[in-house]
Amino acid sequence: MTDATSPSETPAAAGTATGRPQSPFRRAMVKLWYDRAAMIAASVLVAIVITCLLAPVYAKYVSGTDPFRSSLSAKIMIDGKRVPVMAPSTEGLGLGVTPIGPTFGAKYMLGADTQGRDVAARLLYGGRNSLLIAGAATLVCLFFATLIGVTSGFFGGATDVVLSRFLDVLWAFPVYLLAISLSIILIAQGLTIGPFTIESGSLLLPIGIIGVIYVPYVARPVRGQVIALKRSEFVLASIGLGIPRWRILFFDILPNVTTTLIVFVPLMMALNIVTESALSFLSIGVQPPDASWGTIIQEGQGLLYNRPMVSVAPGIAIVITVLALNILGDGVRDAFDPRSKLRPR
Amino acid sequence: MTDPIRPALLDVDHLKVSFATDRGRVTAINDVSFRIDDGEFVAIVGESGSGKTVSLLSILGLTDRRTTFVEGTAAFRGRPILGLPDRELRRIRGKQIAFIPQDPLTALTPVHTIGWQIVEQIRTHETVSKEAAKKRAIELLDEVGLPNPAAAFGRYPHQLSGGMRQRAVIAMALSCNPALLVADEPTTALDVTVQAQVLDLLKRLRRDHGSAIILITHDMGVVAEVADRVMVMYAGRVIERGTAREIFAAPEHPYTWGLMASIPPVEGPRPHRLPSIPGTPPTPANIPPGCAFAPRCAHRFAPCAGLPPALSASGHDAFCFLDDNARAAGRAALFAAPETAA
Repeated sequence: MTDATSPSETPAAAGTATGRPQSPFRRAMVKLWYDRAAMIAASVLVAIVITCLLAPVYAKYVSGTDPFRSSLSAKIMIDGKRVPVMAPSTEGLGLGVTPIGPTFGAKYMLGADTQGRDVAARLLYGGRNSLLIAGAATLVCLFFATLIGVTSGFFGGATDVVLSRFLDVLWAFPVYLLAISLSIILIAQGLTIGPFTIESGSLLLPIGIIGVIYVPYVARPVRGQVIALKRSEFVLASIGLGIPRWRILFFDILPNVTTTLIVFVPLMMALNIVTESALSFLSIGVQPPDASWGTIIQEGQGLLYNRPMVSVAPGIAIVITVLALNILGDGVRDAFDPRSKLRPR
Repeated sequence: MTDPIRPALLDVDHLKVSFATDRGRVTAINDVSFRIDDGEFVAIVGESGSGKTVSLLSILGLTDRRTTFVEGTAAFRGRPILGLPDRELRRIRGKQIAFIPQDPLTALTPVHTIGWQIVEQIRTHETVSKEAAKKRAIELLDEVGLPNPAAAFGRYPHQLSGGMRQRAVIAMALSCNPALLVADEPTTALDVTVQAQVLDLLKRLRRDHGSAIILITHDMGVVAEVADRVMVMYAGRVIERGTAREIFAAPEHPYTWGLMASIPPVEGPRPHRLPSIPGTPPTPANIPPGCAFAPRCAHRFAPCAGLPPALSASGHDAFCFLDDNARAAGRAALFAAPETAA
């Protein structure tokens, strides 16, 4: 700290090297930018997202197969020979068919599944759904968690009691049990809220379910932080200077909570991808013919001995994505919230 | 001092503050009365936990209404302000009574620039354009002595040093020309050279703006430096009150003697060890009946088990049973041999 009135204190010396005002957000972003592990993780994620977004392109121009239609009698050319996609089984009793294994070529790069569909193309389409659901569920979760956490922390009293007990009830359910019960009911019947009907196959259902079950995990820390902020000197100072309550809520408290929320984004994404896959694996997430990494693993279950790649490929995709998200999450936390010990789960 | 036509700027009468705790109601402030006139510089002195901050926070309505009970009256320019609804209190707070919180390092929101925060404060109380508010904010930052105020306007709190932040907080408090400035230990978190600058600033502001200032502190040196009048608080009561000159020349309460004795002497031989008052101040939950200072007092005698007579309405007085002769004798001992006092 330099003396406040010393003549040597030029603005450049007092401020940043660039002399530009440095908002806490910008400062955190700069810190994140220089975090090598986090940036590598972020690049991996960007690569995964772009690849998954290009799924239709891949299906149309590279593999040339429709990943949503079974092609049991198709034949493809490998090394100048025509090979059936579904070869009659040669092992054991010779019953049934075995899908083609990984060709590592353009067509059926990772082999075919039980319906003769290209696993590689389905992996990309599935990734699109997995990422979309995880991302949207994260937003849903953060939105409701902020709403509940901030309301309950800021207003306190009876509001806090009611909302906190509601969170407790939600929290009392084991996460998967709650998700499974909700899914079983909603996916069988769809959901009708007033004039809006969500059909049973819609992706909105898994998004909503996964978003809601994790609300307490975020709302609790947010509430705690709001309570701490409410007693901070700068809020006291604002009240003492006659600033209205709503302004304190929106301009003092909310901006200070955003760092916590930003820290939660990658960590919740990772959690949501795993949850989505688990639900889809249990056939209560994404519904066929749509794919997600979880459904592909499930479809590959029966082929585990002959064609393990069908299950392993989406498994590896999940591992890489979740790992990258967690590494990025660590970096984001270090950059945005260096003092906190906050971790979901 | 009392003008029958024009009410005092701030008139606090029999203020009593108690908290709801796990072990029932605990009285933190008992029977505190004082008045402040326009342009006065009053210091409230006392150890940590003596109730300095709580008494002022409760007057400003900054305590938690669910757990804190405030009794008595406080009138600002003749208008009672205790228990006013928030909406009306807001018009007084910041505009007429401004509050400078204890720790400048945490008194600013980290997420907005200094300028944003001052402009918000100005525009909350006055309808002025953004540009006009910005101009005012820069003038204020200049006035409190921030170098390069235009650049400081766009700075975030973390980019300023402690002294600069305290100045920014003071600028914010001044933005609406308040008639009364309440500063809660504004210099405690700062190092000594910056402390002196902030005190000078407060004195200058009083001169230039004519604001009355209440300064909460535990630093007798600060008091001697700036205050017109002094209130010494102990265990939730005002135990001595008078002008700064009176208090420093002729302290009357044994507790004040103890405070004085703990200031290193400027002249004469250095005491081997600075004397201190034995014991610790009582927590609000176990304030003894009668004189709260009696258990630590070297001059206690039988009557101290009861409550001393209330302070006289004005002038120099102490909340103590000792008569004038005993007070003079105790004082004489203090000034004769500071090494052995208390």
